[in-house]
Amino acid sequence: MPRRTSHRGSLAGAALLAAALLAACGGPGGTGVQSTDTGAALTEKPTCGTQPVTLRAYYETGFPLPKALSDEFSKQFPNVKFDIREDQFAVITQNAPRVLADDPPDLMRLPQVSELVKNNLLKNLDGYAGVFGWDKWPASQLEQLRMKPGGGARGEGSLFAMGLNFSVTGVFYNKTLAERVGMTAPPTTLAEFDGVLAKAQQAGVTPITVFNGGATGGLAFPLQNLMAAYGDPKPVNDWIYQKPGATIDTPSNVKAAQHLQGWIKSGYFTKDANATDYAKMMSEFLAGNGLFMFNGDWESGNLDKKMPGKVGFFPLPAEKGGKVAAMSAPLTFGIGAKAKNADCAAVFLDWVATNETARKIAVEVGGSHPVGAADAKMPAVAQGTVTAETLAAGERISKDNGAMDFIANATGAIYAKSWTPQLQKLFAGEQSPEGLLKAVQSDYQTQVGS
Amino acid sequence: MTQRMAGGVLTPPASRPEVLPKTAKPRVRRGKAWIGWLFVAPAITAYALFVLLPMGRTVQYSFYEWDGIGASPWVGFDNYVKVFTDPELSGTIVNAFELIVFFSGVPVLLGLAIAATIRRIATTRLAVVARTVLFIPQVIPLVAAGIAWSWLLSGNGLVNQVLSAVGLGGVTRAWLGDFGTALPAVGVIGAWVLLGLCTLLLLAGMSKIDPALYEAARIDGAGPLREFFSITVPSLRQEIGVCVTVTVIAALASFDIVYIATQGGPGNTTMVPGLEIYYQAFVERQVGVASALAVVLVVLVLLCVLPIQRLTKEES
Repeated sequence: MPRRTSHRGSLAGAALLAAALLAACGGPGGTGVQSTDTGAALTEKPTCGTQPVTLRAYYETGFPLPKALSDEFSKQFPNVKFDIREDQFAVITQNAPRVLADDPPDLMRLPQVSELVKNNLLKNLDGYAGVFGWDKWPASQLEQLRMKPGGGARGEGSLFAMGLNFSVTGVFYNKTLAERVGMTAPPTTLAEFDGVLAKAQQAGVTPITVFNGGATGGLAFPLQNLMAAYGDPKPVNDWIYQKPGATIDTPSNVKAAQHLQGWIKSGYFTKDANATDYAKMMSEFLAGNGLFMFNGDWESGNLDKKMPGKVGFFPLPAEKGGKVAAMSAPLTFGIGAKAKNADCAAVFLDWVATNETARKIAVEVGGSHPVGAADAKMPAVAQGTVTAETLAAGERISKDNGAMDFIANATGAIYAKSWTPQLQKLFAGEQSPEGLLKAVQSDYQTQVGS
Repeated sequence: MTQRMAGGVLTPPASRPEVLPKTAKPRVRRGKAWIGWLFVAPAITAYALFVLLPMGRTVQYSFYEWDGIGASPWVGFDNYVKVFTDPELSGTIVNAFELIVFFSGVPVLLGLAIAATIRRIATTRLAVVARTVLFIPQVIPLVAAGIAWSWLLSGNGLVNQVLSAVGLGGVTRAWLGDFGTALPAVGVIGAWVLLGLCTLLLLAGMSKIDPALYEAARIDGAGPLREFFSITVPSLRQEIGVCVTVTVIAALASFDIVYIATQGGPGNTTMVPGLEIYYQAFVERQVGVASALAVVLVVLVLLCVLPIQRLTKEES
């Protein structure tokens, strides 16, 4: 019996070896040839024509905005239909390169674009930008989606994706609890904010609900807001855009991380933050179990519906007050490099920014500021809603030139593999603020270098 | 085939054994072998295409640096060196070995005790209930079990409520979010899932033991404990071998329970090789490193399982 097994084992081994040798003739994957798509200038605006067109779209599950816009577009252009596939954002992030390489959609919700551009998977939109006039919009709106064809630092170069709107992050607060702890108006300096946190704790209210569990380190939100409170957003953006020589380990960022550690040590965050995910944080805040929540305006519509009139919003004030900065990013959509209906997809993206109904949908369904020219008509929003407050905050940040991309977007892996474990260690007291920034910077260098 | 049938009809029964073996048997054998290959051809094709080829590809990829799309330079054994020198990667292997205690140790030992108890009450209705209750975790999808357990083990979950109720409020914590307890907490979930399987396997093994052995032992004055160690455990050698093999593989190659309960957090304390392979391949886009870790994991599983097989299979 044992002899026969080993005989069979060696046979399987031999077959395995043979398969390996057969497969090992050459390396896997493409050749890494530079793209020739430079987004040549167009002489006239493309259209969707009059023949039936089916745009193949790949959207994010749980966010109704793209679907609502598609429906309206089909209403206005009856020859255009949408074939929509949806997935969770995490799934889209993991599948984006393969999907764009093998089965490119015409319109796709995208994660951070740099690795996709490096592999020539996205259509260069410079031609469309020129003919539609997207390059005349406030530059900061689309800056995060620019890159040199074939790779390099982000933030300048050709346009490789578009926003359906741009979101802004900051601090949501529960108005009922704010009243109870004596906060009459949003704080205007960081010290004032600290004061409210202390008062909330004394009153037995959880000062900040936060998520930091699993693979999603939510403490990155307050950390980056604190970075903006202590320093200039520009170096942070340079780091996110992978500009040569950029570092996250700067004196002002160390101060920000130390301040965050101070909040952790004071017990201002949800007690079991390291076991709390985003959904749980939301349900805690909606249940009234927390004064503040660091989050983005994609929740504005939801909060207006579930806690009408009970929630306010402000950008985290700077150390000494004055100009504010915050994470603000376009809801990124791109066109596959080999997409069949690229022209019609570009028409859709332009329509989203310019059509009045579309802009209204962007605000009402998406809760965020529409993209488009600076003088484009803003849809009216009911006063007293969170949506109105987040839109106002968005305008203030754009006026203060304080828009930052998210530190989690610096590389494809930096969030799950560096920020998250490091922030979980910081929360558990297993890592120092200085050590956290050093560790992330070291991971960043390995990832950017490779 | 037809020849043998014809022979069967034509030859008188008495002479058949003498005539047939000489002429027909070799030919039948050769034909059988050929037809045999034909029968297994579909299975072999599927096996080669979906098991051997991907395995070969994994080995191949482990020698390249590849992001899954673009060009892939040959890097030799660099990826393997990284697996053993990067503490983040080698740490996952250590975690997997720690999980063996929970995934194998607890279910096999506890399973033996429970199976022995159930066997003693085999005819009662309670035995049926106990068997069913213990086996239910095997039927529940792992994802559902993982979610249910993450609720039970959360800061204000049932586990902490019970602890507080009996005056142990001081030890309550978010079990899956605490650096010290996250890995054991994941282990407990694994033990809960695998206990039923082990108990059932061991019970089935016990039903094959000759009752006369127990009777003889009892006549010789053996108590239940002596019976257990002198008859039950030695007779279950093979079943225990199967249990240990299956559970050790489950521990080393674990993915689903960890992915649902902690996703490797907090701070990589519950990161196991299976999960790390997934992160390397789909998040970091280091297909080469992921493949190298996968190859190391396979070798590791074989190194652990083959000795167990040999130990438990050999006739004493």
